[in-house]
Parts: sequence; structure tokens; C-alpha cells
Amino acid sequence: MEDNIIVKVSGLTKKFGNFTAVDNITFNVKEGEIFGFLGANGAGKTTAMQMLIGLNKQTSGEAFVAGYDIRHESEKIKKNIGYMSQRFSLYEDLKVWENIRLFAGIYGMKDKEIAEKTDQLLSRLDFEDERNTLVKSLPLGWKQKLAFSVAIFHSPKVVFLDEPTGGVDPATRRQFWEMIYQAAEDNITVFATTHYMDEAEYCDRVSIMVDGRIDALDTPTNLKAQFEAKDMDEVFRKLARKATRD
Amino acid sequence: MGTLKFLIEKEFKQTLRNSIIPKLIIGYPIMVMLIFPWAINFEVKNIKVSVVDHNNSVYSQRLIQKVDASKYFIINNITSSYNEAMIDIEKNHADIILEIQPSFDKNIVKSKRADVMLSANSVNGTRGLLGNAYLSQILNDYSAELRSELAHTGVPSRQKMSFISTIPQYKFNKNLDYKVFMIPALMVMMVTLICGILPALNIVSEKENGTIQQINVTPVNKYQFILAKLIPYWIIGFIILSIAFVVVGLLYGIWPAGGFLPLYVSSLIFIIGISGFGLIISNYSATLQQAMFLAFFFILIIILLSGLFTPIASMPKWAQIVAHSNPLSYFMEIMRMIYLKGSSYSGIAAPLLSLLGFAVGFNMWAVLSYSKSNN
Repeated sequence: MEDNIIVKVSGLTKKFGNFTAVDNITFNVKEGEIFGFLGANGAGKTTAMQMLIGLNKQTSGEAFVAGYDIRHESEKIKKNIGYMSQRFSLYEDLKVWENIRLFAGIYGMKDKEIAEKTDQLLSRLDFEDERNTLVKSLPLGWKQKLAFSVAIFHSPKVVFLDEPTGGVDPATRRQFWEMIYQAAEDNITVFATTHYMDEAEYCDRVSIMVDGRIDALDTPTNLKAQFEAKDMDEVFRKLARKATRD
Repeated sequence: MGTLKFLIEKEFKQTLRNSIIPKLIIGYPIMVMLIFPWAINFEVKNIKVSVVDHNNSVYSQRLIQKVDASKYFIINNITSSYNEAMIDIEKNHADIILEIQPSFDKNIVKSKRADVMLSANSVNGTRGLLGNAYLSQILNDYSAELRSELAHTGVPSRQKMSFISTIPQYKFNKNLDYKVFMIPALMVMMVTLICGILPALNIVSEKENGTIQQINVTPVNKYQFILAKLIPYWIIGFIILSIAFVVVGLLYGIWPAGGFLPLYVSSLIFIIGISGFGLIISNYSATLQQAMFLAFFFILIIILLSGLFTPIASMPKWAQIVAHSNPLSYFMEIMRMIYLKGSSYSGIAAPLLSLLGFAVGFNMWAVLSYSKSNN
């Protein structure tokens, strides 16, 4: 089932001087799955993700996203992905609908299509009253939901989420994961980093990075069996203990 | 092209929603044109003179009255002691001492020589030097006046004097009004500050807010992104200049002698260039603080070495070289030529081409130095 692979990474490495942030990682992400990209702070998750989306250049190794080579086809990759960064990065001084319109426009959607889809989105999120609210006055949970909605608005093949639920309350986190499942049902592959081990349980497959390497990669059920752990939290702690980086 | 529309729309919404910029666009040119032409003025007036009159005759008193009547001088003190006048200088009550010798009246009649001595305080060099020159002018006038009077009263003169007089004729600025000279330069300075510094801060603030990352993962084209950043500043520059043109016309009665079209054409080229320069700064800065400092550093240099305050021709050689690689000096030249001399395109062709070169160069650099990935 080679043709079902949407992200294909082999031997990807990133060095900053003497420091190897990402150390020879190899993995595949299948189309339509929710792939959890786990690791402690500083394990190299964000750097690895930034190489895949063209924000950073790799030192060696290769990777293909949506069939395009990250070395010289990053602009083509960018047409086919969505990204939600660790730090909220929509325009705070634009209104909710203006942010949606801007990014949809950049991805080449037409005015009419944007307007229709915006209406659908806002009613699905029960967010119609906030249409004209400046984004800076939204509560954090709503900001994150909006950022995710903007990242998948243009129906990308893959959406990359960098710690999407950081600092968000448990109820909103739940709603957020419902949105992620919805996206996966719409055949958008989800590639997410997270710190919350309960969230790791929601993923189809999980990789765990330690010191720039991928030390484990499987379904949560198999990982728990392999490490004889009762939950993902224990798996993670057993692996993280091996870390030598501060 | 479709993307550009959305990006420009965003820039305009953000600019108009900014709490300061729209007010600045209207208020700044009005304030600058209202205040600075009066304040930035190199004419030396109100030079304080202490007169030491050793002669105390009708002739010396007429001289003193003549000096007092001039708009350049204020008689501070009339005394008969040079030391007292020196104290005035030391206390900064006087800029110049005019010492009239005891033999003044006799000599002026007999040998037509005015026996006076001028001592100027050179702590403020310009004041002393110009004061000296003006005062000498008055003395010459006075002696000429006396000569013709004496000729009429029939006092024999040994020989007929022939005069070579120079009468300066000032073209293009007939009354040598400093305001006329400064106004085009002030317009240039204003456009430089607004269209040079604001773009410098623009991209950097997107870096600080993290929003640039969200843009960088989209398939947005570098050229479109830069263009969308610049177009609002071009329009802001035009609005500012237009307001300044009207204020200056209504307030001082000065309208561009060469017409509006060449003025707008050269302004457009300059604004494109200087805003590109601002973007270069922002591309190289990681924080607003860095961008602010870099922008002020360079803008101070290009303003001081542009011929705005001091003529380029009297700068040292190295500074002249810097001035000639400074887009501001070319735009200043063009503005003064169009505003005062009424030059047409043929007159401003050379500096206009230089400006065009800067505009192309800066903007290419701005696009090249903007990178969508971290490294």
C-alpha cells in the first residue's frame, strides 16, 4: 500500500553546529490517519516538523510530503498542507472572518467559495456572534479552535499541528479533538505534536522522540503492550528516562 | 494576482485600524509645514551690538542710528569704554563690538576713511561672521552716503572716485527667503521618515507577533508579499505630500513652479526606493528594537548628508562621496528644482535616473533578503 503514504521520511537529520537536533529519523504517515508526534521539550519535534513544512532546511536525509520533495518542492508542499504553530499566529488586529478570508485567499480560493464556507464554518462552530470580533479579544480556547479551522479551511491533504492544545482547558481540549476527528473523517491527514499523554491515546499511531531520535513508533495499544505499561503516560516516562539531554 | 488582492486588503485593514498611523498621516504634514519653515532658518537676525563711541559726533551718531535701524541688529549698549563692551561679550549680552575711533568724523570728511573697528564673538561662528559682513555693508553704505552729501556741499575732493558696485541678483528665490528654500527639503524629510521607518517596523512586528510564520507556510509568493507591504506606504506617502503641497500653497503662497506632474512622478520613484530601504532593514532585524535602531541610524546619516541643512558642496570630499550615494540628496535636488526653478523633465533627468537606480536596487535587495525559511 505504498501509494497510501502521505508523509515519507527517511534518515532526516538537522544539525545546528555540533548539536544534532534531529538525528536520522525515519517514518511514514499514512493517508487519513491521526499521527501523534510525541517527545519531551527539546527532543526535536518542532525542528522535525519545520523541515517537513519548509520553514527549515534539513542537513541530510530526505522526505516527501504529499508526494513532493522537501528539498526543492517546498512551495508545492505548502499548497497541500495546513499548519498551526505552537504560538498563536493569526492576525490579532483582524476580525474572525477577515483572518479566514485572508488565508483562504492566499491558498487561492475564490471570494464566493470563501464566503459560503465561512458561513458554514461559523455556524458549525456556533461562532456566528463572533464573526466581527477582533481576534485579540477572543479567549485562548476559541483562538486555538479558530487557528485549527483556518489551517484546514482550504482542505489540505495534511495538517501539521504543533502543540495545538497547549494552555487550553480540558473541556475545550475535548472539543478540539472532536474537530481533529472530524478533519480526519474528511480525509485530512493529521500530524500533531502534543505533551498530553491522554491525547496520545486518541491517535491512530504514535511516535516518541528522545534526544532527536524516534525511539518508539506504533499504535498506542501495541506500545502499551511492548513497554508493559498501563497507559501512554507510563510508556512515555519509561522512554524519557533514557534521555541524556537537559 | 488573486493573492495580492487579499494581502493588500489585509495591510489596509491593519493600517487603518492602527490607533496612531491614520492620525499621523493627516497631522504630521500639517504640523511640519506649519511650524518648521519658521523655525529651521539660517538667517541671522537680532545680532546684539555694543557700541564704543570714542568720537561722539553727529557723524558717529548717525552711524549708530543706521545700525539700529537695520533689521539685523539690536543696539545693546552705547558706551565710551572698550572694557565695558568686552564685559558685554563675556556675559553674552553682545555678539559684536563696534568701536568708533576718536578721529572718525575728521577722517571721514578728510580722507573718506571710516575709522571703526569691529570685534566679533566667534563662539557662535555663523553669527559673528555674518554679523561682521552685514555691519561692513552698513559702513560702506554710510560712507557712500556721506561722500555724495559732501560732494553736494562742495567740499573739494582731490579726485573723482570711481565705484565698482556689485548688486547681487537672486534668481528663483528673489527675496532670499529661507522658507522657500527649506520647504521642499522638509517635504523630503517628512516622506523619508514616514515611508522609510514605518515599513522597517512592519515586517519586524510580524516577526515578533509570530504571524510571519503562518504566512511563510503558505504558498504565498515573495514578490506579492513584499509588494502588498509596500503599496500602502506608497499611498501614505502620496497623501502626506499632497497635504503638504496644499498647506504650503495656502499658507505661504508657494506652488511648485514646475507643475505637479513631474513632482508626483519623482516622488513616486523616491517613495518606492525609500520604502524598499525600510523593508531591507526589517528583513535583517529580529526585533522591533533592532529595527528601530538601524532605521534611525541610517536615516539620521542620510538626512544629515543630503544637503538638507548644509550644502553638499561645502562638505569634505569623503562626505560628498557619501552624499552622492544618497537617494535623499537626489530627491532634495529634484524637489528644489521643480518647486523653485520650475525645471521640467529634461532638467531633472540626471537625478531622476539616479533615484530610479536606487529604487530598483533597494527593492531587489528587499525581495532577495526576505526568506521564507529560517535558514
